[in-house]
Amino acid sequence: MLEILKQPWPWFASGIAIAFIMILLLIFGKSFGFSSNLRTLCTLAGAGKRNAFFNFDWKTQKWNLLFLLGSVIGGVIAATLLKSEAPVDLSQATINDLAKLNITFDGQLNPSQIFGYEFISSPKGIIILLFGGVLVGFGSRYAGGCTSGHAISGLSNLQLPSLIAVIGFFAGGLMMTHFLLPLLF
Amino acid sequence: MKGIKFILAGILFGIVMAKSEAISWYRIQEMFRFQSFHMYGIIGTAVVIGLITVYLIKKFKLKDIQGDQIIFHDKDKSWKRYLIGGLIFGLGWALTGACPGPMFVNIGYGYWSMGIVVLGALIGTYLYGIWKTKLPH
Repeated sequence: MLEILKQPWPWFASGIAIAFIMILLLIFGKSFGFSSNLRTLCTLAGAGKRNAFFNFDWKTQKWNLLFLLGSVIGGVIAATLLKSEAPVDLSQATINDLAKLNITFDGQLNPSQIFGYEFISSPKGIIILLFGGVLVGFGSRYAGGCTSGHAISGLSNLQLPSLIAVIGFFAGGLMMTHFLLPLLF
Repeated sequence: MKGIKFILAGILFGIVMAKSEAISWYRIQEMFRFQSFHMYGIIGTAVVIGLITVYLIKKFKLKDIQGDQIIFHDKDKSWKRYLIGGLIFGLGWALTGACPGPMFVNIGYGYWSMGIVVLGALIGTYLYGIWKTKLPH
């Protein structure tokens, strides 16, 4: 059993599991949406004293912070107990495209050229990762949700705003991938 | 420990995201280049099952474990905030290869440098908070 779980999971198994998690949270009386945690963390850091947007009772979101804690533990388990030695089965076309950007596919989940020590200790590396994070954080709060809140929970509930947000996610992602990444790398 | 069930749900989420490689920068690039069905399969399967389940929950007025009827809140009717916010989010998603959940799963996986992305995301969230009233919604 453990040997099977150690293999990379096929898309349908993952899709079913994600839907299960969403349903589980509904049964617990909550709604699946991860990026709300970023706001709660700002509140915990004291942002509520300076800004009304962060002035709310963080305890109402305690369950979501516990979910976040669990997701970190899940990452640890996946990297240890369930670690797979097989390289990511990335499509050859993507490998070729990335090579044109001088990003080498190393078989890991994330390229060491972007997340490795050398890059993150360079000014360019820090700026790219920090600024990328700012875009994700700002964008998800502005749009009122991220992939979990809009693409999964929102679309499942036939929310037009969520569809607009998902179209936005993709428009932004395509712009970055096809026009901006070649300028950055 | 009423909270333990949320930790367990989170653990499952972390394992699923990592084992299906949805936390992979490479996989996100592959998705935005339309070179594999993988990520579309994950999101598509989740949405199809989600649609059916939400429909059934509403139809049969199912209750949560506290005994309250499960209710779904409609999002505010608008398009500006969703389109502009979504666009900005997408730019960051393709650059860092991580949306908010996977950032934290990646840290657990051992990608400590994702901490810089998380720090950025917290700054971005804070900036939204202080500019909120000036932004079109």
